[in-house]
Amino acid sequence: MKRVNAVVIGAGAAGGIVAKELSVAGLSVVLLERGPWYTSNDCRKDDLRNQRTTVLGNAFGPEDEGNPRVSVDPNGDARVVLPSEGNYQNNAACVGGGTLSYGAMAWRYLPQDFRMRSTYGVPRGSSLEDWPISYDDLEPFYDKAEYEIGVSGDYSGTPFHGPRRRPLPMPPLPPNREFQILWPAARRLGLHPFHIPMARNSVPYNGRAACMRCRWCVGFACEVDAKNGSQNTVIPIALATGNCELRTECMAKEILTDDRGHARGVTYFDARGRLQEQSCDFVVVSACAIESARLLLNSKSRLFPNGLGNRYDQVGRNLQGHHYTGAVGFFGFDTYDDVGPGASIAITDYNHGTTGLCGGGLLANEFIRLPIQMIDRLPPTVSRWGMGHKQAMRAYFKRNIMIFGPTQQIPAADARVTLDPSVKDKWGMPVARISGNVHPHTFEIGEKQAQRAEAWLKEAGAISTFHFAGRPQIVSAGQHQAGTCRMGTDPKVSVVDRDCRIHDVDNVFVIDSSVHVTNGGFNPALTIMAVAYMASAALVRNWKGTGFR
Amino acid sequence: MKVKKGMLARRDFVVATVAAGTALLSGCGSSRRGGWEFLSERDARTLKAICDQIIPADDFPSASQAGVVDFIDRQLVRHFRHHRSAYRDGLQRADALSRKLYGGELAVLTPARQLEVVQAIEQENRTFFELVRNHTLDGYYGPPRHGGNRDAVSWRMLGLAEPPVLGRSPSEQKKGPAS
Repeated sequence: MKRVNAVVIGAGAAGGIVAKELSVAGLSVVLLERGPWYTSNDCRKDDLRNQRTTVLGNAFGPEDEGNPRVSVDPNGDARVVLPSEGNYQNNAACVGGGTLSYGAMAWRYLPQDFRMRSTYGVPRGSSLEDWPISYDDLEPFYDKAEYEIGVSGDYSGTPFHGPRRRPLPMPPLPPNREFQILWPAARRLGLHPFHIPMARNSVPYNGRAACMRCRWCVGFACEVDAKNGSQNTVIPIALATGNCELRTECMAKEILTDDRGHARGVTYFDARGRLQEQSCDFVVVSACAIESARLLLNSKSRLFPNGLGNRYDQVGRNLQGHHYTGAVGFFGFDTYDDVGPGASIAITDYNHGTTGLCGGGLLANEFIRLPIQMIDRLPPTVSRWGMGHKQAMRAYFKRNIMIFGPTQQIPAADARVTLDPSVKDKWGMPVARISGNVHPHTFEIGEKQAQRAEAWLKEAGAISTFHFAGRPQIVSAGQHQAGTCRMGTDPKVSVVDRDCRIHDVDNVFVIDSSVHVTNGGFNPALTIMAVAYMASAALVRNWKGTGFR
Repeated sequence: MKVKKGMLARRDFVVATVAAGTALLSGCGSSRRGGWEFLSERDARTLKAICDQIIPADDFPSASQAGVVDFIDRQLVRHFRHHRSAYRDGLQRADALSRKLYGGELAVLTPARQLEVVQAIEQENRTFFELVRNHTLDGYYGPPRHGGNRDAVSWRMLGLAEPPVLGRSPSEQKKGPAS
């Protein structure tokens, strides 16, 4: 196979951007993706088989067959889990990765989110740390992501955001009924509600249509292609340069290194299961936090007996996602208007600044509900089955609002990805073994956030409310998984430098949520994209035709 | 075996559509042309009794009237394959419990007694009960194409426009179960 400049592993939020930036700059790129390329023609609106409700499996991968992981509970009991099960901590496996079917909230983290240790100190038992880059370093790339991927929304209602050079490129969608109910209530409470930034076209943008506001949004591919992910923005641009070859249904096996510890290529299984080798000048790993860590750990050699970049046992640690908490309110009138995407209004007043708590998170109304999503969202007094349940479904389906949000997680080094010693996937490779727990301070923050959500609903006129803030005894990762190849300056406690380069390998980069030091109190997609733009800029800047400067 | 996902989904879909048509022809009762895909007749009777306590009939159909037993049976040879032994075993235990309490299999008891037995199953075999509870609600409130929400009755019950005003391509509406 012809040698190329770069092999990028994973065509998701980050990998798509890296492939585009490199190929536009004239570098030759092979983009490997383990899943297929779905289009809007594959957009079957199946309430039981999508990327959020997986009763009948994942719509956008991986398949249950041949892709196991091992989940270890706090008692040390290990269990093999399938991709459609919750403890698998799945994201997706397809071109676009999670961005094909996500809800598309496109948040910037706040300046404090990059300085968590400096702001709060280090809670006992946690690995809370500052990023080696600041909000200001990332701002130009947030801006680039907002304009190239396409984000609608309006931050003007709130002072709680970092400095921005210009407004978002698209206005928000017109407010739905929940927005109209919640906005005045938030204002009465002295809060600062605003329109959620969304990677969703509110007007025609980048040659694609505006959102048609249907019910099947988060978890589904967009039928009219109004939801913006890497699959309909940067990847087509990368391919159009002629410098990028996308190989789908190709599963990376190992990053090969030479005697000097320099990466020389990647082996992978192609769509027909044949082992292939692609040589290259450098490798970019963008397989998402769990699979990126697994690939590095599976890339063992004489110089790297414990896996690439894992000299100090850091690869796979600090796995984090988001602990979601919130409340549901029931109203004496219809709150449901059948207008998607539903999620529309948010506050970021509570992300920082609460005495005694190390952070907080955004609160927003939930995406438009499908009937199946209502079956366990009824008042706790309602029977879980029987005539009472059926009647409550009828009484409450159109008369409730849910407010919740991602609590910023306090990272812990023992929440981690390792390789399972015995379980293998269909290609014969050791699978990810996920163990550890959420740091308990996260639960304290989550409890407070849930109470705040409940107060907002009461102010909005809810007749009854309940809040939910569990303490799940399981690591949190899922679609917001991050942290496993921490960015930092000290090789003993981090994996990559501020350019996303692995500390002791000069031509292997990890560019995805793995490098997040902390994960903000926000959905991470836009930050993944901004970091990818920033790291790509450094790659292009430092690339001298045959090697790095 | 490597099968392209799109192809597999389509094949499932054709089977599901054909089966839904069959079920419609045979009406809302338990009689079915061609029999069950996984369940025995006896298992199907018992499962129907449990499902209809989880979602009883009022002015809208019960679980089995909406096709939930068909949904579960169909998935037991598809995505619920790994639950087969749980169903086989759980349904046998349900009837055993019913005989112990009221001297007959669950399906022949009065609705009031069926409710008592199902409550007893919930206490004594919680894992199985939760499985059936979830699958019943999944089938009833899920999309009609899988056979458990026949004619989109649950969506109509909740006051949702069916077919939806937005968000369904014309091709899909043609392929969907009759409505």
